[in-house]
Amino acid sequence: MPETLQRRPPPVEGRGWLEPLPAATRFSFRGGSGAIEALSRAYGVPLPTAACRAASAGPRAALRLGPDEYLLIAPAAEGASLAPMLATALGSLPHSLVEVSHRQVAFAVQGPYAEWLLQSGCPLDLDLGPFPIGMCTRSLFHKAEITLWRTGPTTFRVEAWRSFAGYVVELLADSALELPA
Amino acid sequence: MSRFRTTRGGRIDRSRPVRFRFDGRDYEGFAGDTLAAALLASGVHLLGRSFKYHRPRGILAAGAEEPNALVTVVRDAARRTPNLRATQIEVYEGLVAESQNRWPSLALDVGAVNGLFAAFLPAGFYNKTFMWPRSAWHALYEPRIRAAAGLGVAPGLPDPDRYAQRYAHCDVLVVGAGPAGLAAAAGAASAGARVILCDEQHEFGGSLLAERGATIDAMAAADWIVAQHAALASNPRVTLLPRTTAFGYFPHNNVGLCERITDHLARPPAALPRERLWQVRAREVIFATGAIERPLVFPGNDRPGVMLASAARSYLNRYGVQVGSRAVVLAGSDAAYAAALDLAAGGVAIALIADVREPGRAQGPAATAARDAGLAVETSMTALGTSGRRRVSGVHLGRVGNDGSIRPAASLRCDVLLMSGGYTPSVHLHSQSRGKLEFDAAFGAFVPGTAAERTRCAGGVRATHTLGAALEDGAAAGVAAALAATGHAAAAHRYAARLPEARLEGTPGALPQPAGAVPPAKAFVDFQNDVTTRDLALARREGFESIEHIKRYTTTGMATDQGKTSGLNALGFVAAESERRIPEVGLTTYRMPYTPVTFGSFAGVARGELFDPLRKTPSHDWVVAQGGVFEDVGQWKRTRYFPLGGESLRAAVDRECLAVRQHVGMFDASTLGKIEVVGRDAATFLNRLYVNNWSTLAPGRARYGILLRDDGFVYDDGVVARLAEDRFHVTTTTGGAARVFGMMEDYIQTEWTDLSVWITSTTEQWAVIALQGPRARDVLAGLVSGVDLSPAALPHMAVAHGRICGVPMMLFRVSFSGELGFEINVPADYGAETWAAIHAAGQAHRITPYGTEAMHVLRAEKGYIIVGQDTDGTMTPDDAGVAWAIGKAKSDFVGKRGLARAALRRPDRKQLVGLATVDPGVVLEEGAQVVATPGQAVPLQMIGHVTSSYHSPVLGRSIALAAIVGGRARTGQTLYVPMPGADIPVQVTPPVFYDRDGARLNA
Repeated sequence: MPETLQRRPPPVEGRGWLEPLPAATRFSFRGGSGAIEALSRAYGVPLPTAACRAASAGPRAALRLGPDEYLLIAPAAEGASLAPMLATALGSLPHSLVEVSHRQVAFAVQGPYAEWLLQSGCPLDLDLGPFPIGMCTRSLFHKAEITLWRTGPTTFRVEAWRSFAGYVVELLADSALELPA
Repeated sequence: MSRFRTTRGGRIDRSRPVRFRFDGRDYEGFAGDTLAAALLASGVHLLGRSFKYHRPRGILAAGAEEPNALVTVVRDAARRTPNLRATQIEVYEGLVAESQNRWPSLALDVGAVNGLFAAFLPAGFYNKTFMWPRSAWHALYEPRIRAAAGLGVAPGLPDPDRYAQRYAHCDVLVVGAGPAGLAAAAGAASAGARVILCDEQHEFGGSLLAERGATIDAMAAADWIVAQHAALASNPRVTLLPRTTAFGYFPHNNVGLCERITDHLARPPAALPRERLWQVRAREVIFATGAIERPLVFPGNDRPGVMLASAARSYLNRYGVQVGSRAVVLAGSDAAYAAALDLAAGGVAIALIADVREPGRAQGPAATAARDAGLAVETSMTALGTSGRRRVSGVHLGRVGNDGSIRPAASLRCDVLLMSGGYTPSVHLHSQSRGKLEFDAAFGAFVPGTAAERTRCAGGVRATHTLGAALEDGAAAGVAAALAATGHAAAAHRYAARLPEARLEGTPGALPQPAGAVPPAKAFVDFQNDVTTRDLALARREGFESIEHIKRYTTTGMATDQGKTSGLNALGFVAAESERRIPEVGLTTYRMPYTPVTFGSFAGVARGELFDPLRKTPSHDWVVAQGGVFEDVGQWKRTRYFPLGGESLRAAVDRECLAVRQHVGMFDASTLGKIEVVGRDAATFLNRLYVNNWSTLAPGRARYGILLRDDGFVYDDGVVARLAEDRFHVTTTTGGAARVFGMMEDYIQTEWTDLSVWITSTTEQWAVIALQGPRARDVLAGLVSGVDLSPAALPHMAVAHGRICGVPMMLFRVSFSGELGFEINVPADYGAETWAAIHAAGQAHRITPYGTEAMHVLRAEKGYIIVGQDTDGTMTPDDAGVAWAIGKAKSDFVGKRGLARAALRRPDRKQLVGLATVDPGVVLEEGAQVVATPGQAVPLQMIGHVTSSYHSPVLGRSIALAAIVGGRARTGQTLYVPMPGADIPVQVTPPVFYDRDGARLNA
């Protein structure tokens, strides 16, 4: 039998304004208030109750993307242990926990032009006022769905489904041609 | 030094001469010139030929409203931009421009012969003449008319430029950076609002750019513009966009802007896009769009050298260009006097100011100033005609008596004839936003009424008369908009402005002509579409009353300038002719774009590889290395076949099919849609949605599911596995993934809110490798752990979890080929390596990668349908031969009531059957019709069509699936497929051609 295979996400080339982010463990979590409380305790991150807000504790994060929908992001190494641990904590509470670690690819758009670059294809208002640090949402970048999370004044975490990642990065790169050297 | 350039003054940079070329001749202008200004400085007035009559045309205006001076700017073979207004083209070193609509040359144009036959080209001429014979329209008339009429030629090469797009948001968008717009932006910014200010010109200032002697807050207007611009530019919450046209208003304050970034540059940097399309979402919008001067309508008013008074003033004051040596000024508004005064001071002889109004209406401050300056003024005048060929050389004036009679008054020599018929507010965007328009009878034009959205108008567009009023209006609008958008109040700045007042009202329509006399020449209303007063009068005589009908019949206002200079005059003329008031005649609809926008800017980055997301599966790079051929399936790139050496498609597919039947094949099935349905009510949810009964499906087992629409027709299909009591893994067709997900979510959120169930798309979480063929188990055996592959432990339609090459795997025992088959699901980041590992391990078993083409053949040999190919949205499960999947005991599912309709139960519906050609070598055309008897005459009685057709290598003959009326009852019959030259005989068979008892499947 061959040795264990290596995890190889679609390659994203780093550049000044774009930093590939490491592979992660991801879950799409859906559920009511009981399940949310149970998961918050087990996961160690209080799931945010405000719409379109992210919370994190250490390397673990939870993004509220819908009324009962959260995207959990944790280090790749936790993949094997996290799923059974969370499933146990949730028990028979009504919920859905589905692993989507490999569904999407993450990279950071960063620097003084981060907002400007994203606005080339994202119709939301990304000004720091209406889109503050800690805000997250699903949106569109041109014709692709993205998940956008502002992690700093000039830093956004962008997640795109793996087969759309190249499209999103190439379009950002097209915009970036204009950036001052 | 150009002959008509003044020695000083203007906003041009005289230290930066630029050379350019127009129609093959070299000219010189200055930085800051428009092409029109630079040509006028060289005495060039003839710039083009008119659309219909090929009449010589010059420059009417100095801005966006220019209807005549359309030229093509040529950078290279691929970069030719036709129909640009010379009045808006900034000259740069090396600019090359060409006139349009002339052959062989501008001065000698054979098309002008149309002018001789003008009497035969009345309104509606094309509609009337070229109707019959109908067949001649496409072959003869249309191409000829287009060739003869076309304004400019589109480039034949792909556009090499880049076009960018962006979204922007603001509290207040100000459209127009004239005095009102600048004041509005300053007002809104003073309240702390996020402001975007755009203007179509390269510099801000609007009408102020053409003013001399105006002062604002004790500053010269030019200095005020600089100060205002600097203050706005230093505010980080203000975005300034020169060279940016707000071309369209879309609902809820979504405004389209087109920013021209490199068109004015001699050597555009490669890093810059040519244009940028902005989609601005503004809380409040201020239209400070100003007003446009109207021409007067009289015979011969289209000759080069006949020009708007404001344009002549603009060329002099802004560009330092005298538009002629000797001018006659036709005054339909006081603005003409202001122009005459400036031109006289600028060295142009004013032969006469012929005021077309009665003495009492020619008494404004400007008129008084002109008289005080010693300029000759006559009132109650009219223009009866002009002389000259390629340039006006004189004007024939008449005098209107108290009784309305007209007698000739004088013929005056001139090389430029200036006219002002009053001003038309630029209400385009306000009207596009569904804002109401009101007719201001005193002003003689439509002005903005009630807004329909969160917009307001300010300045000249509201018919303000003085600079002070425009500034005050702008400032007030700015702070009001900021307050409405942000809740922050600010005091409107009180501007102290000084500018001689020139009232801008006028009377739309045509100048009076002697009763009964045939005018010596056409009086043009719409210069760009060559529509004259005669055309409008003819339309009325032929019974057209509504302005919307008259517009379409005569094409007035339908040119690329959308009637900026002609609309109100057409209305005024029709109103006078029909003895109605202008508002009774009505108003045509304003539509975007305000000025033409390039296709490139709408397309933006969506071209070539980036036109649409190009989705690749985990095996993609491996397939590329192997020389596989891809096909597009929706946005996905899927491998169609793997040619070896110089293999043909047919040879490769035959080889791949036989490999699966005899040994083992591998296929990338990752594109299949996957939806995880989880929750206590997951089975109930699927029972309500799919036709199947899911309650009887045990965890660890899978079933072929069919999804219908409400109407009972097949919508999608796929294998559904039960992973646990409360967890299902649903697969969909590749193309149906998104719409099935949407349908599920729709039912969960709107219909079945009682269910505790959630869905999650896992399409991209899993890489799926189909391993099909009698040796499939042997290949897998050496790679997997934790799974018992034996038929007893893992029978057909079972699912198990284990590991492959050490990584987690979900293993389906399924088959879309009819052979022993597995679908190996691994988390997608492991997909590429798993694919390679299986391929390597399969070498011992003669493993063969295969593509979609072979997959199609293999499934057709087994009669497995493809939704969307063998079904077309009008087929029920029974039609498609899959009614066995319906859970008979179920009380309801989506589509059950639809299926109960009588028409869906008739025995003569089209049913899916197999067709075997009598000649086994003939492969039918997919989509071909089927008839019952040969040799039928047209129209044939068609009883069905071929849905799938292939050569089957394992059977050594062709096979086909077809939807045939009452098809199953025709099994054994001979039918015919009519094709050119012959009717192909076929025999109706069951749809399963190979291994009908399924022995291979269950191996």
